[in-house]
Amino acid sequence: MAHTNAHAENAHTDSHDVHHGHGSSHGDHHGFSHPMPIWMLLSVFFALLFLTGLTVFQAQFDLGNAEIWMSLIIATIKAGLVILFFMHLLWDKPLNAIVILGSLIFVALFLGFTLMDAEGYRENLIFKSTITESQPGYKDPATLAAEEAAAATGK
Amino acid sequence: MSVVDRPIASPVSPEADSYPTHHFLNHSKGFLSWALTLDHKRIGLMYLVGVMSSFALGGLFALMIRIHLWNFKDGWLSNQTYNQVFTLHGAIMVFLFIIPSVPAALGNFLLPIMLGTKDVAFPRLNLGSFYLWVTGLVLFLTALSVTGLDTGWTFYTPYSIETSQGGAVLAATFGVFVLGFSSIFTGLNFIVTINTMRPPGMTWFRMPLFLWAVYATSIIQVLATPVLGITVLLLSAERLLGIGIFDPKLNGDPVTFQHFFWFYSHPAVYIMILPAMGIISELMSVHCHKGIFGYRMIAYSSIAIALFGFLVWGHHMFTSGMADVTAVVFSALTFTVSIPSAIKVFNWLGTMYQGTVSLNTPMLYALAFIFLFTIGGLTGLPLGALSTDMHFHDTYFVVAHFHYVMMGGTLVAFLGGVFHWWPKMTGRMFNDKLGMVSAIIVFIGFNMTFLPQFVLGSRGMPRRYATYLPEFQPLHQLSTIGSLTLGAGLFLALVVLLLSLVNGKKAPRNPWGGATLEWMCSSPPPHDNFSSAPTVGDPYDFSDIEYDGRVGSYVKRS
Amino acid sequence: MTAIQETHSTTDHHHGDDHHHDHPSWLAHHFDDAEQQYDSGKLGMWLFLVTEVLFFSGMFCAYALYRNRNPEVFEFCSSFLNEKLGAINTGVLLFSSLTMAWAVRAAQLRQHQLLVGMLGATLGCAAIFLGVKSVEYSHKWELGLLPGKFYVAQLEGHHGPHKGYLEMLCAVPALITFLLAAYAVYAWATKSIFHQRVAGPLLTAGICFFGGVLLGQFLEAQEEASKSHGGHHEHHAVVEGHVDHDSHEHAAASDTHTHDHGASAVPEVSPAVAMGGSPDVYVASEEVNTPKAEVNQRSMAGLFFSIYYCMTGVHAIHILGGMLVISWLIIKAAREEFHEQYFGPVDNVGLYWHLVDFIWIYLFPLLYLIT
Repeated sequence: MAHTNAHAENAHTDSHDVHHGHGSSHGDHHGFSHPMPIWMLLSVFFALLFLTGLTVFQAQFDLGNAEIWMSLIIATIKAGLVILFFMHLLWDKPLNAIVILGSLIFVALFLGFTLMDAEGYRENLIFKSTITESQPGYKDPATLAAEEAAAATGK
Repeated sequence: MSVVDRPIASPVSPEADSYPTHHFLNHSKGFLSWALTLDHKRIGLMYLVGVMSSFALGGLFALMIRIHLWNFKDGWLSNQTYNQVFTLHGAIMVFLFIIPSVPAALGNFLLPIMLGTKDVAFPRLNLGSFYLWVTGLVLFLTALSVTGLDTGWTFYTPYSIETSQGGAVLAATFGVFVLGFSSIFTGLNFIVTINTMRPPGMTWFRMPLFLWAVYATSIIQVLATPVLGITVLLLSAERLLGIGIFDPKLNGDPVTFQHFFWFYSHPAVYIMILPAMGIISELMSVHCHKGIFGYRMIAYSSIAIALFGFLVWGHHMFTSGMADVTAVVFSALTFTVSIPSAIKVFNWLGTMYQGTVSLNTPMLYALAFIFLFTIGGLTGLPLGALSTDMHFHDTYFVVAHFHYVMMGGTLVAFLGGVFHWWPKMTGRMFNDKLGMVSAIIVFIGFNMTFLPQFVLGSRGMPRRYATYLPEFQPLHQLSTIGSLTLGAGLFLALVVLLLSLVNGKKAPRNPWGGATLEWMCSSPPPHDNFSSAPTVGDPYDFSDIEYDGRVGSYVKRS
Repeated sequence: MTAIQETHSTTDHHHGDDHHHDHPSWLAHHFDDAEQQYDSGKLGMWLFLVTEVLFFSGMFCAYALYRNRNPEVFEFCSSFLNEKLGAINTGVLLFSSLTMAWAVRAAQLRQHQLLVGMLGATLGCAAIFLGVKSVEYSHKWELGLLPGKFYVAQLEGHHGPHKGYLEMLCAVPALITFLLAAYAVYAWATKSIFHQRVAGPLLTAGICFFGGVLLGQFLEAQEEASKSHGGHHEHHAVVEGHVDHDSHEHAAASDTHTHDHGASAVPEVSPAVAMGGSPDVYVASEEVNTPKAEVNQRSMAGLFFSIYYCMTGVHAIHILGGMLVISWLIIKAAREEFHEQYFGPVDNVGLYWHLVDFIWIYLFPLLYLIT
């Protein structure tokens, strides 16, 4: 059965019967617990569903390069809703927000430099076909070399 | 001196100066009371035994290497065995010894006491970290016994994919994965403890600098180590499933592996050096009986090193085929990272200036650190500069540089810290004269080993080679003699410490005259560290601490 | 100095500095008060989430690198991923985030039954997700789209005999569900409220897994029906045993998939054709060094699928881990352990769960919605 609640020192002098399912406020009257109102939970959920639908919808159109950015932007909005509301970051201590946002900066650093580097040396790469003999479409090295030479002179 | 206005009786009293009858070592007895302990002090001691044993094992491999290199060819190991020996030397030293050494062994023991709290935030996670470390050890020993790990500790592809020693590679990479999580959880624990469990009055800028250093280290551990985790996971998948990401035969990219690997492994070297620098800050101020010079600058520079350290990993890859633009960017950024380190060295020298230097074992190690770390740091600059690195990369110049910073830096500081806090941890004083002799032998032996290697490298001797040109032999032989000397000095240090357990004098509460909180409780400390929240004062104010011959300890002037 | 024993009294003494007395059982002895314990746990979990983000970032980096280098491969292969299933899985995870957040609220308000119910719902959604995933994976494996060196380029005319991958994947869940059913029977037989509270949600989750499998099978069959192509060899996994030759739907599907994307034009390739056996699927390229090779081979499509399996596989492992932890929470919730001073475990497991959802929010468009 439920524990009788031992209040910590210097803490809030709540009585034990304040918690009968009020959904409407997430103020301080439960101390450090902030129950989220039901209407907020549901609104965020439906917003997320809507955005998911939007993502699928926009994927049907060919927007070229913009398509991936569109998807990522919508995904980021969804992620933001999850983080701020479901993960409660909007009402949390600022340190927690700094921690998670800081990590995203380091992710950006990691991806940014690595991708920048890969772009830079891409022109130095030589690709080879890896189809083996038994597979259809196989070309022996001589044919491949001839094709590459032809392509090189053709440019 | 600023004292927090909490009306608590100072725990310093004449009775407290006598050797405690009950302390954390005899609080409970039996194997399980250690194996299942949640006491951060016991966990720290277990780590200490573990990392020092790993160091001995890795050191054994080092001596094998140096003895093999006595002759320029036909050394006592076969080429294949030589490859395995240097791989294991590197992997054991980096993952089993250096990265956990200061944070897990000394940090675990000291952090809650220095902070003024009872334990770390998550004691069970702490024990879990320790057992993860043990698991990593077992996996490495498996890799050893399976034999054949010959990829170098860096596991570069495509060789690490193709090498026939599959079992060993998988065991070692899995070991690295597990050790990574040990490191992550330790860092996580420390960040939370320092953030949420500081007692009243312990503001950020009243913390000892060792804690700032450990905090900065923990940030790196939490941010960088997961990337190592995914790297070795993908490498294992590459070996087991042939996924093709790093394998050029499948249009994969080995340079990508290097990016992934060094994104962790460069910040990792700051995991290694930052806590060591924290130790030096403590040693310098206590043994010079003078407040640390430039407290805030040292604190800020610790955080700066942690953050800047993430920007420079490409300087390990200058000759890998990376793009020119990124190489230039990484080279420029590498120079910025040297600045905070230099600030620290200036500040330590500033602390010594006009201080009253007590020349004892910890202080000798601290002095050795300043000299050796400065050389190590300065030789990093020609390695960071693109033009010179093209010639130095993969030569003995690099080997000498990183041994100067990792061994001359971290290991020497670690030893200094172990000697400094040994009386606190064990309740025993060691033979200080012999300890000083060990420091001197270590210093001489170290320089004899690695100074010639700078010359070797700049003359073209490549690293990881089992045979070499005859012209390099004299310098190699000098280095080998140095390594044997170094080994002897380290062995002597170990003997001094172990002897103290047998017949060392009982330690007083504050043998060196420190002002931080760990010197306010008994040696060894009680199980709960403090029975009541301690009085938090200035950690570097020695003005009211004086030696009391009656009790054989430093006391606060009442 | 002797250690002071802590008491488990539930009455409160307002001591100034004595931290040993009267810590209730839910307050660890090294914390001063409930709020410190809560703040520590929360910060610790956020830091752990940071490590997870960095962990996944490696795979996102690999994805970005290879998509950048071989965009045509990614476009080709994405057509093998069932968008509908991906979208449903996304919806299921979003719903599970809702129920998880609601569970935290219930814990804070001492709504014990609701808490167990919400945790059970979260667990059930996770099970559905894994069920759908099992169908996706087994379907691909039947087609030979296995990771890495097991990738079999399907250039024959038709796929081989049914290899029973789905059955293999369902074996362990079936065993677990059976054991849970036995546990439920035991719980009702012994009339233990606690065991009933625990067995109910767990068994429901087990059943939900198979619900997900059925849903996945149904949608997969629909998708194949719409993709199948009269006149060509097709070898989509024929689950129900027959092929639906609905050419109208197929034409629509292939139109979407045979789009010309500018510089590197992929000649008309519908998945069926490419899989069906015409070997001359070459990537026309303007650049000298782009791979002039078949897309459908181990180093090309195989690479995409390796990345796909790594990312979704590691994600699925995290879902499994989450399910274990939520089950642990259900046990504690069934004992009514949580209240407004002690709900940290629910909150922090919730944070972890939302992160799993967060990662999927990015995985879905990046893997499934490439056109």
